[in-house]
Amino acid sequence: MRAALKPLFDPLLRDNPVTVQILGICSALAVTTSMTTALTMSLALTAVLVASSAVISLIRRHIPAQIRLILQITIIAAMVIVADLILQAYAYAISQRLSIFVSLIVTNCIVLGRAEAFAMSNPVGPSILDALGNGVGYSAILMVIAFLRELLGFGTLFGATVFPTVAEGGWYQPFGFMLLAPSAFMLLGLLVWALRSWRVEQVEPATTRVDREEALS
Amino acid sequence: MTDLFLRAVFADNLILSFFLGVCTFLAVSKRVETALGLGAAIIVILTITVPVNQLILTWLLAPGAWGWIGAGEVDLTFLRLIAFIGVIAAMVQVLEMVLDRFAPALYAALGIYLPLITVNCAILGGSLFMAERSYGFGESIVFGFGSGLGWALAIVALAAIRERLAYADMPAGLRGLGMTFIVTGLMSMAFTAFATMAAP
Repeated sequence: MRAALKPLFDPLLRDNPVTVQILGICSALAVTTSMTTALTMSLALTAVLVASSAVISLIRRHIPAQIRLILQITIIAAMVIVADLILQAYAYAISQRLSIFVSLIVTNCIVLGRAEAFAMSNPVGPSILDALGNGVGYSAILMVIAFLRELLGFGTLFGATVFPTVAEGGWYQPFGFMLLAPSAFMLLGLLVWALRSWRVEQVEPATTRVDREEALS
Repeated sequence: MTDLFLRAVFADNLILSFFLGVCTFLAVSKRVETALGLGAAIIVILTITVPVNQLILTWLLAPGAWGWIGAGEVDLTFLRLIAFIGVIAAMVQVLEMVLDRFAPALYAALGIYLPLITVNCAILGGSLFMAERSYGFGESIVFGFGSGLGWALAIVALAAIRERLAYADMPAGLRGLGMTFIVTGLMSMAFTAFATMAAP
């Protein structure tokens, strides 16, 4: 049972797509100024990932190797268009705030990466679990960063006041830096640091002493 | 036009303010030479694909584009994503063949980076921004070239910093990815300072 669920739980922490495999960072940073947009983006990506992995895994025996990338991208693009249209129909305001980033799921390396690395060579069941695990692993990072940025930047969570701001007669002076692009890079950097201090096996090897001496001479 | 160009290069830099193409940005910024090659490829592809996609959007996909054959009510805008990806993949392929034929040295230098560009968010993002902000044909050329230049500038700068970071003594957990993010954050802060400069 545990072995069967490995594709689901591995990507959550041990092999997280964002912090370990360094995939799909573009969108992870751009939509995290508020929890609402981050959650919408997470749901959209997870849905696209699961759907495209399932479809690709289903037809994996019929895909000629030479044109597999084009086929995969077309399938993913079709899923993304559906997700985008659903968002525009039922959550227009949020889809406007997400701007081009829902469309950019097409070039999100996680989706193509999982299709190529897992769905092409595994049956439908494990592929769906793997996609779900990677989607949730990605979502977890997004939610942590969005939590910090929205709480510190606006004093709110999902739009509901947590820290009453000075402008509304409260005590909290919003940390405007959190709403700008640089803070997203730095928070993700610090998050990676924190994760690697806890899980030391993820630390990257140092440049060797010999390399250093060669470079210095 | 100058304003649009400056904004595309600095204030609205694709990586540093919109996070587009960060995956490649992190993966290919370990050495300055490779960063330069990739930067050049990105400039060329963006300058070609953004105007081409603009033409396709205006003349094939936009509402009313088929008016001349009496099908004015046809609106194919929902196809823009697939069309853009197709154009980008085709352009990369064509550029690869042209370079291979006429500039084999440059082709060899760019190597694997050319095909990788197809799945770079910055390229697709450039075209999508063009569609969302409804740029004209002239503006698309300027915007495409400007954003490519901004992207190249950022990756070369980061590569130069990372070459030196290899010899820095830092906490083990911060080594590599963690530090790269923080350095990018600092660069991004520096670039936001240009926002006021490029404003009209």
